[in-house]
Amino acid sequence: MDEIIMPLIILLLLLLSAATLTWVERRILGLWQDRYGPNRVGPFGLLQVVADMIKLFTKEDWIPPFADKVIFVIAPMIVMIMMLLGFAIIPFSPQLQIVDFDNGLLFFLAISSLSVYSVMLAGFSSNSKYALFGALRATAQMISYEVFMGLSLMGVVILTGSFSLRDIVEAQSEQWFFIPQIVALGIFIIAGIAESHRAPFDLPEAEHEIVAGFHTEYSSMKFGMFFIGEYLGVILISAMIVTLFFGGWQGPFLPPILWFLLKTSVFVLFFILLRAATPRPRYDQLMAFGWKYMLPLALLNLLLTGAYTLWNQ
Amino acid sequence: MIATLFYIAATVALLSAALTVTRLNAVHALLYLVITMLAISLIFFLLGAAFAAALQIIVYAGAIMVLFVFVTMMLHQGELSIRQEAQLYRPSQSFGAILLSGILLLETLYLLAPVLTEQQVAANASNLIGAKQIGLRLFGPYLLLVEIAALLLLTALIGAFHIARRHQESST
Repeated sequence: MDEIIMPLIILLLLLLSAATLTWVERRILGLWQDRYGPNRVGPFGLLQVVADMIKLFTKEDWIPPFADKVIFVIAPMIVMIMMLLGFAIIPFSPQLQIVDFDNGLLFFLAISSLSVYSVMLAGFSSNSKYALFGALRATAQMISYEVFMGLSLMGVVILTGSFSLRDIVEAQSEQWFFIPQIVALGIFIIAGIAESHRAPFDLPEAEHEIVAGFHTEYSSMKFGMFFIGEYLGVILISAMIVTLFFGGWQGPFLPPILWFLLKTSVFVLFFILLRAATPRPRYDQLMAFGWKYMLPLALLNLLLTGAYTLWNQ
Repeated sequence: MIATLFYIAATVALLSAALTVTRLNAVHALLYLVITMLAISLIFFLLGAAFAAALQIIVYAGAIMVLFVFVTMMLHQGELSIRQEAQLYRPSQSFGAILLSGILLLETLYLLAPVLTEQQVAANASNLIGAKQIGLRLFGPYLLLVEIAALLLLTALIGAFHIARRHQESST
């Protein structure tokens, strides 16, 4: 019975926190940009989430007549399903993990590479030029950054000797991996931003160039699913950063689950701060930066980590 | 239990493979191919090769098929290309291919039929193949093949670079 209830509770909490994050982001952006942000509905504007939800659910759910209808409906579902599936392998605390999968890290990479389909199919099925541009950008960007995201994580795998996320967390009991793997951490954060196409790498939805990119034609809750999917992506990447480089649930005094949530929120806030602080690069700069700097750096990091581990044996 | 799951995954793989061949819309066909890949990955997983299953998704479904869909999406012209496809394909043309591959299918079924008992599948599944074993094999007895594949990919990379560069010069 526990195997069914626990994942359901986690799913519900995740959806709730992703929804709340939309409010958190707008309030904090407001703070950093010296304005108010949504503060009218409820205490501190907290009920803004509910208001947004009512609005999205009651809007007309319009499918353009020129769209490829089945794919148009499936595309936003893919991003939600993939992002929620990703949380199955995250070790929240020593007791709280839905599946302890031997190849957990590979599972995460598989999930992130399959989520490309949602943006791609959204752009294709919309049958409109801006959506297609957005989808082309998103696909090229995500495929490229996936390569060195995978490569940067291999350093952690070499140090642990396992793909299991639980083993990786337990291997960090003496030293968190961000010290020996500081380069990998940098690469992973940058690739993570590109994977979840958040600002400054949100070129697939850069409104001044291509309207809203791949979700231009989407309205109502289908748009809402892309929106929530993006925040779920941010939480997932932050949780992975904590698990892989910052010792997961480990920490003194506080209970493990609190440590995990605390560390994860720090990185979620970091993602929001990045959006407030950085301008967008040009699209070709983004791609060139990835292939010319990130890839060699990731390979070098992998080589050095491997050499160091072999030397010490 | 494992045998039932295997048969479900296998049926999905076969059905989606058949749909891949028969769809007129190229992008739809490719999406069915992606589903085939996912079903095959599940079969790997059920047979105890979890590492191969993960790679099947990351490499085939997540990278190669994405590129296929990417290119098709750019060249796709909606109704026009579907009509074109419908004109090109006549059922009578595929008679020979169906006959020949049917013979191969029967042979395969004949060979596989005794293997797929419950005990055998369960025995296979309990024999887990880890990443370490695969790595040792790849860089042990199959080292030459790995190197040749690497060389082939490098050649393809240089070739693609060459073609792209010439195109750029002629367009400016």
